[in-house]
Parts: sequence; structure tokens; C-alpha cells
Amino acid sequence: MHHLEIRNLSSAYGSTEVLRDVSLTADKGEVVSLIGPSGSGKSTLLRVLIGLTPPTKGEIIVAGDQIDYHSRKELKALRNRMSIVFQQYNLFQNMTVLRNVTIAPIKTKNRPRVEAEHEALALLEKVGMADKKDAYPEELSGGQQQRVAIARALATNPEILLLDEVTSALDPERVNEVLDTIRALTHEGITMLIVSHEMAFVREVSTRTAMMDDGRIVECGTPVEIFDSPTEARTREFVSKILKH
Amino acid sequence: MFDQITEQLPLFFSYHNLVFILQAAGRTLSMTIIGCSVGFFFGFIIAVIRQSSSRPLLIFRLLSIVYVETFRRIPFLVILFIVLFVIEPLMPGTSLFGIATVSVCLLSTAFLSEVIRSGLESVPAQQIEGARALNFSALQTLVMVVLPQSWKVIIPPAAAFIVMFIKDTSLASQLGVIELTFAGKMLVNRGFSSVLGFGVVLICYFALSYPLSRFAAYLERRLASS
Amino acid sequence: MDYTFQFTEVFKELPYLLGGALVSLQIAFITFWAGAFIGIFGAVAKVYGQRVSKRIASSYVTFFTNTPALVQIFLLYYALPDAGVLLSSMSAVLIGLTLNAGAYLTEILRAGVISVRRSEMEAATALGMSRLQILRHVMLPHIAKTIYAPLSNFFVWLVLGSSLAALFGVEELTGRAINVSTANLRSSETFTVVAAIYVILTILASSSLALVGRLAFRVKAKVF
Repeated sequence: MHHLEIRNLSSAYGSTEVLRDVSLTADKGEVVSLIGPSGSGKSTLLRVLIGLTPPTKGEIIVAGDQIDYHSRKELKALRNRMSIVFQQYNLFQNMTVLRNVTIAPIKTKNRPRVEAEHEALALLEKVGMADKKDAYPEELSGGQQQRVAIARALATNPEILLLDEVTSALDPERVNEVLDTIRALTHEGITMLIVSHEMAFVREVSTRTAMMDDGRIVECGTPVEIFDSPTEARTREFVSKILKH
Repeated sequence: MFDQITEQLPLFFSYHNLVFILQAAGRTLSMTIIGCSVGFFFGFIIAVIRQSSSRPLLIFRLLSIVYVETFRRIPFLVILFIVLFVIEPLMPGTSLFGIATVSVCLLSTAFLSEVIRSGLESVPAQQIEGARALNFSALQTLVMVVLPQSWKVIIPPAAAFIVMFIKDTSLASQLGVIELTFAGKMLVNRGFSSVLGFGVVLICYFALSYPLSRFAAYLERRLASS
Repeated sequence: MDYTFQFTEVFKELPYLLGGALVSLQIAFITFWAGAFIGIFGAVAKVYGQRVSKRIASSYVTFFTNTPALVQIFLLYYALPDAGVLLSSMSAVLIGLTLNAGAYLTEILRAGVISVRRSEMEAATALGMSRLQILRHVMLPHIAKTIYAPLSNFFVWLVLGSSLAALFGVEELTGRAINVSTANLRSSETFTVVAAIYVILTILASSSLALVGRLAFRVKAKVF
């Protein structure tokens, strides 16, 4: 049984279709990456999965359970198992780093505060931000904020982690510190869906890569297949343009 | 009450009354316009003085700060009284209109100098540095670089303040100036329904203020998008 | 000029005048909170309301911010008796100033409500927080921080605006100034002292509010 199964998923924004008939699977512990040009629907796919954008057609099945995205109860249960890290980190500006990480476990999972803080500190250690636990987001650099965002996403113990272009908003020097953090995570058995432009990184850590264009999945395979010997013309075109850099 | 109003309508809107109201509105408007023009002029001077860092102007800088911080914190009604009690013995026979206008000038100078000052400060330092590097004098920098860029930041809040001054002039009625509010009171005293009298006066004030408010809002939107 | 300034005549009445300052503060306080109550409804109506409530709120704000408070109070004070409602001067002033304040506060609160960042709301939703939790932990703290400075300035403005009450016989600071100057015939000295009291009062109010803002809300506000 696949851990995550997406079947014929479509989503429309007004009259524009942003996702067309997308099907994708991910097994437990797999790292699936999504590449493709801007506007191809990669971020939208993640947003639909976490329930921020509604799907118009298709099914999403997590560990055998189909999720009804119109039921608030099911969405809440889903978000206990799935977390997302945004491109713009979206940390809560009026809370300290520690509070940003503990607020969800305390409020949505009813963890007692002492425990939640204990675990949060461990997570912050993991991402290298424990010494800044009392700082506010405005005092931190982009890379630091993103690492806190990753800790926040992990605090709810998700089975599935979605990463939406998490390094695209960072200065080049900061990108590596975040990539290192993510690389370490890929060995922990969490199923991950990564949308990224960092091709070298994607190629290194993914178990499978899907190329998206215009709301559809053009091709899907192992990184070696996609990057070195793509079958689809569109894939070839994209990969050659990107790897030229 | 409403039949009373409908009865009075034709009497109220007699030619004589309309002229009276229009003249009163004219006084409201002229107090505001004169007050704001003077306010812009002196406010600009004060803003420039406060921005400068030259030693000889230090005493003027301090005086300006004291002036602005004081007059921003006194109710207009009190300013009216003070101006009245100071000018009366010094220059007896000054018209009440003059006293009220001087009060508006004092108030508007204080507020508008702050608006202009923040407008001048909003121009990035790099602009000024660039001008100085090109050998512009302080005056040239001000006129050719700073001013053209600060208008956008100055005009929306300035327009809002002008609306405030229009409303403040209603207090001049307490001095006896025959502006809109006083006109309203006079008409009500003559026997017209207070709803009619004050209602029409409110509409007149609205007619004067609203276009300005809309203009200010429009400018703010333009500024935000540019 | 044959006039000697005699401030001692005024200083004798200082306790009386300061009592008036207290009344001014009370008027400002009452109209602030009553106006804020109206303002919350107005702001919510303007941001989240249906077309009708939006229109009503907008018209209310537009009318009260573009017409003088003095005339608004005149209307209440002189017109209501015709309709059978007799208001004391204090009530007419309080109601009029409250309605006036409510319009401005609607705008201030509205700016606060729309300042909430969608990105933080999405992050909170994605973390599984309920709407109530998002309101309490993400929206309200941010709104409070955004509106604190404008609200403080508005309160100080209300303290100055309370002087209107004097024209209706209410014995706040300006009213008492009129009483004192009529009695001692030292008008310029009296009003100069009263002006100074207003200045000191507002500086004290701004400073304390700025201090509270810095401590409780982490807001850096300017006094000068």
C-alpha cells in the first residue's frame, strides 16, 4: 500500500485549471521531488494536499484512507499527519522562536507545555537554532527563519512533510544551511514531497522525481532517469536548460 | 416634527436665506484657505529649518520645536480664546474673522510643518548624497531633488488636515464670526426647526469636506501603488 | 501698554482647574471606550460585512468624519427635544462625541483588521489550528500591535476634543477656564495657564501610553 496516493487530481482557480488530472504515489520514507517551470502547478499541488486550495476532482489517499477535503474534521486529522514548509517561512511574527514551534503541538495536539517545549528544543537543536529560542522572527536572517519553520513543521510529528521551494527566497549563502538540514531529514523515514529549483540537491536526495508542466505530470522516474535520460521532449528541454547553469 | 419641517422648507430656502448661508460658507472656506496657505508657507519654513543642521539656525530650530509641540497640544477652542485675549488689547477693533483666521494659521502652521517635515525626511538619503556629489547647493538639492519627491508623501495627510481645519472653523462661531455654524444657530434662533437649520449646515460642511477627503484617499491609493 | 500680568490670580485657582482637567480626561476616557465599542462593529462590518452593513458602516463613517462635532452635538441637543427626548448637556456632549469617535475608531480598527498577514493565517491553518485558535493567537496579537499607536494618538486627540463640552456648560478644563477668567478678569493669564495644562496633560498621556505600549505590546511609539 502506498503511503500517499494522488489519483486524477484536478484543481481550478476560477476558470483556469491549475492542476490537470495529476496522479502520483509515494511510499513510506520515499523522497519525491517535483521539478518544472514556474506556474506548472508544483506549489499548487502541495497547497491542495495540505488543504489550502480546494481540489475540484480526483482523490487523495493517505495510508489507505481517502481524505474528504470538504470536511473540517478530516482536514484537522490530516494536518496532524502532514506538515508543510513554505517558501516565505510564514513564521508568526508576534511569537518567539520557541513559541512558534510549540504552539501547534500545544493547541492542536493538546501536548502539555513542558513536554512540548522539551521536544521543541530538541528539534531546534537538530536544525541548529536552539540558541535563538527566545528571539523573534524579525531578528533572524531568512535562512535562520526557514530552519525554524522546518522545526515548526516537524513539531507535530508528521508522517508526510511537504517542502514548497523552501530555499527560493534565501540568499545564496543561506541556501546550503537549509539544504543540509533537509538532507539530514531524508534519512529519518518521513515521506517527503519536495518542490525545488535546486537541481543538484534534488538529484542527490530524491528516490523519485516528477517533472510537471502546465498543471500535468509530464514524466516520473528515478533521478537518474529524469536527469540523464529523459524520455519526454519537454523534460529533456527543461533539464538541459536548467543543468546548463 | 416632520410636518413642521416640510412647512418651513419654502421659507427656509428663501433667496435671502440662501445668500446668507452661502456667505457664511464663504467665510468658513476663506478662513480655511487663508489659514492653510499661511500654514503651508510657515510650515514649510519651519520644516526646512528643522531639517537643517547649521549652527546659526540652532536657536530657530529650538523655537520651532517648542512652537510646534505646543500648538499641536492645545485645543483649537483654547487657541481661539488666547488669540482673542492677546490681540484685543494690542490691536483693538480687529475683526472677529481676523482673530479666527489668525488662530487657524497658528494651528495649521504647527500641524502642516510636521507633515512637510516627514515628507522631506521620506526622501532617501542616497538622493541627497547623489545631488551633493554632483555639486548641487543645498538650495538646489531642496528644490530640484527633495521637493519633487516629497509631494506625494505630503499631500494625502495634508488634505486630511485641511478637512480637519474646515471642521475646526465651526468653533469660530463661538467667537461670533458669522460662518456656517453661526449661520445655523441664527436661523434656528429665528424660529426654524433645528433639524432643518443644523441639518442643512451639516450638509454644507459635508459638501466642502467630502470632495477633499475623497481626493486625499485617491492620492493615497495612487501613492501606495507607485 | 498699561497691563501687568498677574498670574498669581490664576495660580490660586489651580486645584479647581486641575479638577477640570480630570473631567476632561474622564470625558475622553468614556468616549474612547464607547466609541471603540461602536468601532469594532463598524470595522467588522466594513471588512467582513454584507453589502448592506458595509454601506451603513461606510455612510456612518463618511458622515461623522466630514462634519464638525460641534454641529453634530447642536443637532442632538436642540433637535431631540422636539422629538420628545430631553438630554442634559453632559449627555448630549457624551453621545455626540461618542458617535464622532466611533467613526474614526471604525477606520483605525479596520486598518488593524486588514493588516493581518495572509501568510501567517495560512501557516496556522496548515498546522491544524482551529479558527478560534487562529483568531486568538495569530490575528489579535498582530492587530493589537498595529493599532496601539494610532489608538494612543486618538485618545490624546479626544482629550483635546473634550474642550467642546465647555460650550455646553460642562465644567471640564476649558469650561472652568471660562469661569475663572470671567471671575478674575485675567483672561489672557488664565487661558495661558490652561493651555500649559493641556500641553503637560497630553505629554503625560502620550508618554504613559508609549511606555505601556513598549512594555505590554512591544510597540515603539514616538512621543515627540
